[in-house]
Amino acid sequence: MAIVRFTENIQRHVSCPTRQVPGATLREVMDRYFYENEQARGYVLDDQGCLREHMAVFIDGALVRGRRDLGDAVSADSVVDLIQALSGG
Amino acid sequence: MSTRCHVATRKGLFTFERGPSGWSIARTNFLGDNCTLVMHDARNGALLAALNHGHFGVKMHRSRDGGTTWQEIAAPKYPEKPADYVAKKPPAAEGAPPRPPLDWSLKLVWAIAPGGADEPGVVWCGTLPGGLFRSEDGGDSWALNRPLWDDPLREYWVGGGAEQPGIHSICVDPRDSRHVTIGVSCGGVWLTRDGGRTWQIGGKGMRAEYMPPEMQFEPNAQDPHLVAQAPTNPDVLWVQHHNGIFRSTDAAGSWSEITGVHPSVFGFPVAVHPADPNTAWFVPATKDEKRFPVGGRVVVTRTRDGGQTFEMLTRGLPQEHAYDLVFRHALDVDESGTRLAFGSTTGSVWVSENAGDSWQVVSSHLPPVYAVRFEKTR
Repeated sequence: MAIVRFTENIQRHVSCPTRQVPGATLREVMDRYFYENEQARGYVLDDQGCLREHMAVFIDGALVRGRRDLGDAVSADSVVDLIQALSGG
Repeated sequence: MSTRCHVATRKGLFTFERGPSGWSIARTNFLGDNCTLVMHDARNGALLAALNHGHFGVKMHRSRDGGTTWQEIAAPKYPEKPADYVAKKPPAAEGAPPRPPLDWSLKLVWAIAPGGADEPGVVWCGTLPGGLFRSEDGGDSWALNRPLWDDPLREYWVGGGAEQPGIHSICVDPRDSRHVTIGVSCGGVWLTRDGGRTWQIGGKGMRAEYMPPEMQFEPNAQDPHLVAQAPTNPDVLWVQHHNGIFRSTDAAGSWSEITGVHPSVFGFPVAVHPADPNTAWFVPATKDEKRFPVGGRVVVTRTRDGGQTFEMLTRGLPQEHAYDLVFRHALDVDESGTRLAFGSTTGSVWVSENAGDSWQVVSSHLPPVYAVRFEKTR
């Protein structure tokens, strides 16, 4: 299962502990994580389920490309990092 | 008279209270966070605050104990945009670049208003990119008003000061809660008389100088910066518009332009006296490409005769090298009509206790002020 880690900056708004989550794509991983933590969903994804404009997500150190469909592949030993993008101020 | 006033700023929410020695900051909330709007619900004392986190989106918080504690509640959420959605407006002209599709995602909470006294729990919320939401449970859940969202004319709305259009004014008629009037930048003034099941755009009379001549009086092209309804005669509406000051005496059926107001008819806020529909206050600025007080002098203009004449109120306000712009929600009048407050982009807050005749600064070092709201009992 992939390890999902969140920026410290989000923690003062909503608790997002590091967790191991199954899934073959970023969409599957995110859906599974937010299923257990629904409040956090809207902090990362917009109303259409896309990555928020000023959120950056990395899979094994590589910036994800599929910001709308969250289709980037995730492997069982991947590390997914969700971090605020500096474009957001 | 109100003794408490909430000030929403770029870096948090500040609550001022009137004590024996005057106004002072009694409490801070959300320090460091971008608090774009605050609403006090006189029906039950609840406070709603909108936060706009740069990275994490727009959030709503509610306090039921006067601001001592807050809980995050649901934020309005746009429905899933159908994959085959086709905008109802005509395609762009040949050779013109296609307009980017409107993003069905909450960008900003730009208006929050309690429903009528006969509908406890109802709260209206106006947003960018143009959706009007209604809650029937004090903000625990929200529903997009589909009749307005699905109106073909809505597709013609454009941004005013933002890339996307938004609803910044919501006026609920105290005589009939089903009669709701909203202001859109840029999309004019709209109203419903059946609680939102059907909508119609207001009548003619507003003028959009920034449009081609044949479009200048088109109601759906107008940029009302704020719409304010007179509580004791809700058919009277005052509008501070991008091009000037307009007034309706027939519930947005028609508009009259008020000209010749010194030093300027440009500005963002307007406040109406709670008991006198003919009395209104404005905070003018140099139009529209500069947007600071005319001559660097902060002034308030007041009419007491329905706009026939205006006074320029300056006592207690800085009269040289002051560059305070006052945003649309940053002026308020209390339920007595004698206490007013406004806050500026440079973090100053002024209060008047004599209907604007004189002012005192109660803070000069706040973050940029977005909204000023007195706590009222009705």
